[in-house]
Amino acid sequence: MSDNHADHGHDDHGHHHEMTFLEKYVIPLDHKYIAKQYLLTGMFMALIGGFFSYAFRMQLAWPGSDIPMFGHMSPAEYNAAITTHGTVMIFWVAMPVLIAAFGNFLIPLMVGADDMAFPRLNRLSYQVFFVSVVLIIASIFVPGGAFGGAWTAYPPLSAEPTYNLTPTGSTLWILAVAVEFAAFLIGGINFIVTAMNARAPGMKWDRVPMVVWMICIASILFMLSVGPLIAGAVMLFFDQVLNTGFYDPTRGGDPILWQHLFWFFGHPEVYVVLLPATGMVAEVITVFSRKKLFGYQLVLFTSIGTGVLSFFVWAHHQFVAGIDPRMANIFTVTTVLISIPIAEMLFLYIATLYKGSITFSTPMLWALGFIFAFLIGGVTGIPLGASGSDIYLHDSYFVLAHFHFTFFPIAFMGTFCGLSFWYPKMFGKMMNDTLGKIHFWLTFLSFHGIFIPLFVLGLAGQHRRIFDFTNYPDLATPDLQSVRIFATCSLLVLLASQSIFLYNFFYNMFFGKDAPANPWNSSTLEWTVPSPPPHGNFGNKFPEVYRGPYEYSVPDRELDYWPQSEPS
Amino acid sequence: MIEWLIPQTSTFASDIDNLFLLIVLVVGFWYALTVGMFFWLMIRYRAREGVKAEYITGKEPELKRWITIPHALIILCDVVLVVGAVKVWYDVKQDLPPADAELRVVSQQWAWTFHHEGPDGELGTPDDIVLVDELHIEVGKTYHWHLESLDVLHSFSIPTMRFKQDAIPGRVNTGWFTPTKTGEYDVQCAEMCGIGHGAMGARVFIHTPEDYELWQKIASARLAGR
Repeated sequence: MSDNHADHGHDDHGHHHEMTFLEKYVIPLDHKYIAKQYLLTGMFMALIGGFFSYAFRMQLAWPGSDIPMFGHMSPAEYNAAITTHGTVMIFWVAMPVLIAAFGNFLIPLMVGADDMAFPRLNRLSYQVFFVSVVLIIASIFVPGGAFGGAWTAYPPLSAEPTYNLTPTGSTLWILAVAVEFAAFLIGGINFIVTAMNARAPGMKWDRVPMVVWMICIASILFMLSVGPLIAGAVMLFFDQVLNTGFYDPTRGGDPILWQHLFWFFGHPEVYVVLLPATGMVAEVITVFSRKKLFGYQLVLFTSIGTGVLSFFVWAHHQFVAGIDPRMANIFTVTTVLISIPIAEMLFLYIATLYKGSITFSTPMLWALGFIFAFLIGGVTGIPLGASGSDIYLHDSYFVLAHFHFTFFPIAFMGTFCGLSFWYPKMFGKMMNDTLGKIHFWLTFLSFHGIFIPLFVLGLAGQHRRIFDFTNYPDLATPDLQSVRIFATCSLLVLLASQSIFLYNFFYNMFFGKDAPANPWNSSTLEWTVPSPPPHGNFGNKFPEVYRGPYEYSVPDRELDYWPQSEPS
Repeated sequence: MIEWLIPQTSTFASDIDNLFLLIVLVVGFWYALTVGMFFWLMIRYRAREGVKAEYITGKEPELKRWITIPHALIILCDVVLVVGAVKVWYDVKQDLPPADAELRVVSQQWAWTFHHEGPDGELGTPDDIVLVDELHIEVGKTYHWHLESLDVLHSFSIPTMRFKQDAIPGRVNTGWFTPTKTGEYDVQCAEMCGIGHGAMGARVFIHTPEDYELWQKIASARLAGR
């Protein structure tokens, strides 16, 4: 197994060295601080993404009105707002928080390592990521405005300044995306190597906590899928700046090429962010139902199966894009197939509740809420994966509602689940459980209040990315408008209720109750060290692992949990 | 289900709506079952004083079959759905029935140009009726349309007909439809195409044969008078 901690190569650990503020918080090597940097950056970006969603939903509910804090919205600003919202939420919120923040924080602690395998590479990953943050924020403020060609950035619109009219904005956009991918490539290799080589003695593959497995699989998916997109992004950048014609049909290029490269990455990307979230949910439901995960190996196989299949479904985004119609049949089969492992994973999670002893704490509410909402996201994907019905539903609000029912549970419910669960370990303080529950219920209900109406609008024939539906007589009916207004009001509730979370998060970071080492009576390794863990995590002695991560309610034991590192 | 919200105006609209209904019924059944089970487990096994959770690994055959049997049944259901989806897809997108008339649809930032056959019944002749943002078709006739784009990607979508096709610069995409219900409906652009995307709508007028003839006469006369 892994006894190679000694050659980790950074010797400034744990002892003799008082770190300055700069070393500790600005350019840290410690995985826990890098995780917090990613987390806080992701939360900041979520505010930007949330603000844009507020602005364009207000425009859709009351077209042409003056929006408080935004003003009158022009079509160009509307397009920029939806593009920035989508790009930021996926690449600068879901990715840094789910993969980078939780991966960094959890992997070394859960496998029993003192840090990531390559701490300096880890720091470089955040720094490169930070550059991409600066680039994407800058792209909002440049002359001509932010890129408005949707987050999918289909050329020729995205490639030709004469078509998109945002020459600087679109170049900064594609640069930011490419730099961000580079950052996560650097981070991804670190997660994989750490999980493979830095495990504590006795941490066999079948004793690794599910969330570590899933972040690791997600990193592999990301690294295998992102290459084509980086190549595509470079070509798009060249088309914009050097006037090449990779995507320009008048010069022998092909605009569909970008769609293939984008979605070859884009679909695995869904599972790249999904798997860490489902991994965290697995940890939380086992702890709060005091049960072993139902079918550890099966859960693992379903996540690997989902990952592998996710490479063969990309063209379901392109059924009506003008690809050979015969191809749609193949991708319908693979797309419907991918529903099987992911449905099975959710079944296994639900089965974990069987004969458990369920406590509805805040993290557990988020985990259960995740399962409930993601199930809706999953089943509404079937009519989109089925080529015949996708002809109608493609690019409608049905698609929009569907993927928000997958991405919102992933990026927000998953994150809130993980954050409320590991907050004591991260910051050494407890969050307020009552505030957490109020935040959960408001967010959960208002989220459904936003997107269930949007399913109806999509079925009624409303297409995406249209800034003012009064241009379409069939869509400008008072009935449909009242549905839009309902969705916008729900969004206002959702956004406002996030202030409860922010208060709970930041207030308790400084003034909260001190957290014990193991507040949830959990079995995994990170709960055996003090909260927050010291620099170097496990002191001078690495833990020895004796059993799997989910030994809860073992018969004939007085305690209903059994730490992985406790000798039998 | 969809027809409660929006009328059906093409021959394949009901096929697509029925496919959607089939999916809703099959998937809905499993969804209801899963959510029902989920809530029952949450309520039944909530923490109670003095009751300890049981140690279950998930390898017990009598419990594991609760997962494997639904799993196998879902695969069966998936086969049904795939067959249904492919059949509808084949009819709408792969198999073109013989045409009664042809249309040329040209998209550009941010307008639709529709080329209708003139009185000579042929497309591409000087008497073609060319209109911007107005499409006139006759109920019951099967049309082949040839879709082009002059600049960026657009998508030709008539929601009441349940069809959609992206327009790609440098290519001509051909498809078909047969309108079944007279009236005036929205044409939407369904692919982000720049600043004017949100206003790139048009109207389709589905006429009775008599009305269509009348419209064609008036339109050609107006065209000749120019």
